[in-house]
Amino acid sequence: MRIAIASGKGGTGKTTVAVNLAVSLSAEEAIQFLDCDVEEPNAHLFLNPQFTDRETVVKLLPEVDADRCTCCGACAEACEFGAIAVLGETVLVYPELCHGCGRCRMVCPTEAIREVPHELGVIESGSAREFPFSHGLLRVGEAMATPIIHKLKDSIDGERTAILDAPPGTGCPTIAALVDVDLALLVTEPTPFGLHDLQAAVGVARALDVPVAVVINRDGIGDDLVEAYCREESIPIVLRIPFDRQIATLYSEGSILVDAKPEWKDTFLELATTLKGMVS
Amino acid sequence: MKSILFLSGKGGTGKTSLAGAFSVLATEKVLADCDVDAANLHLLLAPRIVHEGIYQGAKLAIKDEQMCTGCGRCREVCRFHAVSPDFQIDSYLCEGCGACVTACPVDAIDLEIQDTGRWYTAESRLGPLASAELLPGEETSGKLVAQVKQKAAELCQEAAAEWLLIDGSPGIGCPVIASASGVDVVVLVTEPTLSGLHDLRRVVGVVQHFGIPAYLVINKEDLNHTVAEQIETYAAEEKISVLGGIPYDPSVTAAMVAGRSAVEQEGSPAGEAMREIFARLMEQIG
Repeated sequence: MRIAIASGKGGTGKTTVAVNLAVSLSAEEAIQFLDCDVEEPNAHLFLNPQFTDRETVVKLLPEVDADRCTCCGACAEACEFGAIAVLGETVLVYPELCHGCGRCRMVCPTEAIREVPHELGVIESGSAREFPFSHGLLRVGEAMATPIIHKLKDSIDGERTAILDAPPGTGCPTIAALVDVDLALLVTEPTPFGLHDLQAAVGVARALDVPVAVVINRDGIGDDLVEAYCREESIPIVLRIPFDRQIATLYSEGSILVDAKPEWKDTFLELATTLKGMVS
Repeated sequence: MKSILFLSGKGGTGKTSLAGAFSVLATEKVLADCDVDAANLHLLLAPRIVHEGIYQGAKLAIKDEQMCTGCGRCREVCRFHAVSPDFQIDSYLCEGCGACVTACPVDAIDLEIQDTGRWYTAESRLGPLASAELLPGEETSGKLVAQVKQKAAELCQEAAAEWLLIDGSPGIGCPVIASASGVDVVVLVTEPTLSGLHDLRRVVGVVQHFGIPAYLVINKEDLNHTVAEQIETYAAEEKISVLGGIPYDPSVTAAMVAGRSAVEQEGSPAGEAMREIFARLMEQIG
C-alpha cells in the first residue's frame, strides 16, 4: 500500500503526520519512508536517518559540435521549451529551460548534437529506526523536481507499506508524488487559506483518481468551514490534532510527537487502520 | 517601480500574511499572487475581477489509435516513462516535448495545446491584483507564474505604480525560479523551527544564485528562542539583514478569518511588528 501525505497549503503539518504515522506503524509492520518534497525535504530532521547510498539524478543537455553544425535551425524549431536558439552562426543552449528530452538530437540532420549529463539533484537512501528511508534533494538553482520524485518512487518495495511525504501545492511535483498512490491523506488547518488550498488538493487527487481523507491540524484555531466542506463532499476527517503550544515546540526542535507523548501512538495506529480500511 | 517578492522555502511560515500586511501599508502598489498552486492573497483582498482568461501552457502528445501500428518507437524515445507497454500515453507523465512525434514513422502522434490555468486581473480593496490558478491536475505552474507577472507588469504601467508586491510559492523549484526572475528585492519569511532554518538555507541559495538582494523576517519568533538565534547567526553570516520578528499571535488567524490583515486589527502585537518591519524595509529601499 502506498499512502501519500499531501496538502495544498504548505506548513500545515504533512511531515508531522507522515513521521508520526511511520514511527507508530513501523512497530507493527514493514514500512518504508520516502520524502518526496525534494525542494524542501524535512523528514530527515526528525528521523535522523543513516544514509548508505547516494545517487545522482541527471537530465541530458545538448552540446553542439560547431564543426558539424550548419545552423539550419531544425533543433530550435523542434524544441518545445525554447531551450535552444540559433543566432547567426552560433547555437545557444539554455540549460534551465531544457527538459532533456533529446528531440533536438533526433532532428539534427548533421548529427552535430551530442548529449551530456547535467545534475538535477541527488537521492539519498538508507535507514531510520530500522525502516528504509530515502529522500531527494533538488540542486539549488534547478527548476525540474519531477525526475527526482519519479526516480525516488522507483525504489518503492511492494512488500512494504510506503509512506510518502509529498510536496505542498498542486503542480507538477505534487502530481508526480500522487500518481499511483492508493490514498492521499490531506493535511489542512481550519482557516480560509487552509480550506481554499484543501479544495485545490482534493481537485488534483480526484483528477488522478486517488481517494482522499483529511487531517485537521491546529484544530480550533480558525473557523469550521473545512469541516462543512468535508461533510458536503463526503470526505472523511480521519484525525484532528489540536492546536497546542507544546506540539509546536516539539516540532520546532525536531522532536517526534509519539516519542515525547507516547499516548499519541495509538491514535496514529488507529489512523493507519482507518486508512487501510479505505483502501481495501 | 520596485518589485518585492515574498519567499520562504518552507510553506506556511506567513508569506501571504506578510504580503497582505504590506498591501495595506504600501502606497501606489499593484499586487500579484504568484503562488498559482495555492493562491491565497485574494482571500484578504475582496477582489472584483476585471479581466480573466484561460491560459494555455502545456502541450500533450495525443495518439491516433487508428493510425498507430504498434511499432513502439514512441516508447523507446520517451524519457519520461509516459508511454505504457501497450503504447498508451499517460497525460500526467507526458512532458509535451514531442520526441514521440518526431519518432513516429506514421505520424500518428500530435502535440495538442492544453488549457492549464485561469488568470485574472482584479480591482481590490487594497489595489489592483493579478492572480491565477492551475486547473486541477494541470502542471506547468512556472509558465502560469510568468503569465501572472506579465499581467502584473501591465497593471503597474496602467496604475503608474511605485511598488509591485508579489506573493511567492514555497519550495525552490520551477514556480519560485519563475517568480524570482527580474525582481528587485526578496523578503524571506521563516519561522524558528529546524525545518524553517533548513528550508531557508536552500531558498537563500536560490536567491543568491540569481543575485537578488534579500531581507529576512522571523515569524512566530517566540516559538523557539534557540532556533531563532541560530537563524539570526545564519543571516549575519550570509549578510542578510533581519527586518525583525513577529510574535506568535492568534489575532493573525482571527484577522484572516475576517478577510483582513493583522495590521488592520486594533492592538494586534503581530500587526504592530509587521508595521515596524515594513517601515524598516522602506528605510532601506524606499
